[in-house]
Amino acid sequence: MNPNTALDIPGLEQVYDQLATAIDAVGPEKTELFLVKLALMNANALADPALFRAHIDAARRDL
Amino acid sequence: MHQPHAEPRRSIYYDYRVFDAWRPSQHPPGQRAAVVIAGAGPIGLVTALLLARHGVASVVLEAERQVSEGSRAIVFTRRSMEILQQAGVAHRVTQSGLPWRFGNSLYRGQRVFRMENPHDPDDRFFPLINLQQQYLEQYLVEACEAQPLVELRWGNRLQTVVQDGAGVSLEVDTEDGLYALRADWLVAADGARSAIRTALGLKLEGASYEGQFVIADIRVDLPLPTERLAFFDPDWNPGNTILMHREPQGIWRLDYQLPPGESPEDALRPESLRARIDAQLAMIGHAGISWELDWCSVYSARALTLPDYVHGRVLFAGDAAHLLPIFGVRGANTGFQDAQALAWRLALVARGISPATLLASYSTERVGAAREIIDEAGKSTRFMAPPSRGFRLLRDAVLSLSLTQPFVGPLYHWRTSRPHEYGASPLNSPGDDNALFQAGPGHGAPPRNICLGPDDHLLDHLDHGFTLICASAGPALPAVLREAVQSFRQRGLPLRVIAVGAREPVAGADETLPDANGRLRERHGLRSDGGAYLLRPDQHVCARWVSLDADRLRAALAQATGLGTTYPNPGDRA
Repeated sequence: MNPNTALDIPGLEQVYDQLATAIDAVGPEKTELFLVKLALMNANALADPALFRAHIDAARRDL
Repeated sequence: MHQPHAEPRRSIYYDYRVFDAWRPSQHPPGQRAAVVIAGAGPIGLVTALLLARHGVASVVLEAERQVSEGSRAIVFTRRSMEILQQAGVAHRVTQSGLPWRFGNSLYRGQRVFRMENPHDPDDRFFPLINLQQQYLEQYLVEACEAQPLVELRWGNRLQTVVQDGAGVSLEVDTEDGLYALRADWLVAADGARSAIRTALGLKLEGASYEGQFVIADIRVDLPLPTERLAFFDPDWNPGNTILMHREPQGIWRLDYQLPPGESPEDALRPESLRARIDAQLAMIGHAGISWELDWCSVYSARALTLPDYVHGRVLFAGDAAHLLPIFGVRGANTGFQDAQALAWRLALVARGISPATLLASYSTERVGAAREIIDEAGKSTRFMAPPSRGFRLLRDAVLSLSLTQPFVGPLYHWRTSRPHEYGASPLNSPGDDNALFQAGPGHGAPPRNICLGPDDHLLDHLDHGFTLICASAGPALPAVLREAVQSFRQRGLPLRVIAVGAREPVAGADETLPDANGRLRERHGLRSDGGAYLLRPDQHVCARWVSLDADRLRAALAQATGLGTTYPNPGDRA
């Protein structure tokens, strides 16, 4: 991954809080659906199926 | 003793005609036929009509005594219409069918995707046309009745099949009991539950999906255009999909998925049908509208094919060869392409012009097409009827996103049946100039129709043989080319030559198309005199040249027909 496009520490903390707050807000019933929608939107912004695949593989580790 | 129903089937819009059964007691024993076709569905009948155009007689066996029960296949593609034009019935479908080109996907009352099928001004036919299968079968039956080379035997059920190296011995069950019929070739067009496939012990390969769907035809007056409607996850049928299509005669097709675990019997109970159809009509703003049921059935989505369509002297086509999800109108529309691909090869082989090895390429091309369709259909099916929790989650995420995020819209696309390009066909000429062309249909591609004038298109000018289209402004085709054409004709090959680009008839061509505006040549990438296309009898391209010469024409014809490049014994067949 290109380090220039990675989050800085304040940005990472912001995303962390936003995502946690949103998961709480949508509730357990809709969490999965919400996260899948989010993943699809992020994938579209990423515009790189191979990179998305790498993200899937990384996220599947150590569950 | 086979006793098919003698009472006309019930329908609120179609008058069924019960045909007289063919009875062996009224005919001499020792029945023989060059080609026997099992099944008088659309695929069997198109095969018979195309064989007849090639001069090959066939006997068509049909267990029933009337056409299809219910509307079944209702959407026909442009390519199917071009094939039906070859079979001689496209004009009748045009007269009574409903042409269309738009599809709409709806979710929560909002149109989230609109599919537009382009309608090129050079095309004769619309991208899609709706007509109930009974009418199509009727037109095909009437064309067969007018064709002395087709003998349609109603009330004849194929009972046993035994083949040897020289032919196929059949036992056929009738009202009079069994009779024996010997055929050189047997075409299995006997549908999804093909008895021939079972008798030969052949297994379909691929996937079956779990979802079950009801199709119901109702007469109802809805002020809606002829467009495909797909409703996702409606309140009355959560998580499932409903399709609607307009049919002629004031009929609408409703197609809805059943909740898991519901049996087909329960789904088809009148009160169950009524509640669901009422709910669907209410959802689209027509609560309480009166309607009447014509026909209903339950189907499941399957994506299966035989790995080979040629088994000795038995040849499979249509649903007997493959079972495809109907979401992309892939059933009959795939079958017509089978029939067309099979008929010309079988005709050349049955007439002793080409070696039987030519038939192998039928299987290569059409199994390849089926596998490609299965791959595409799988994508549609996974969206329409998600097979697992993961697929359902993704589908639901896309539905939800589609209300505000247009980038997911193409996932609704319905991947309509399209003609297969036989790009890797063994019949394509390896030594031509295919790669040098900038435009036009390439190796194995279906033809590019061209509008030549009012009600006049290029495909109208092709007959049922091979066609050599030559760009030629000159008064005559080169003598060596004419000799090459003549040498193949002498061996029995039907080969028509069309010269393009001259005002006066070109000597050596069967027909000259002036192409005054240059459109035909432009759309085929024919930039100069001497360029040429060779089309097979099914109109697919097998060779094209920037500059044609006699040697390469001979090579291409040999490649596409299984004949040698030279005539071994001139005069033998003169």
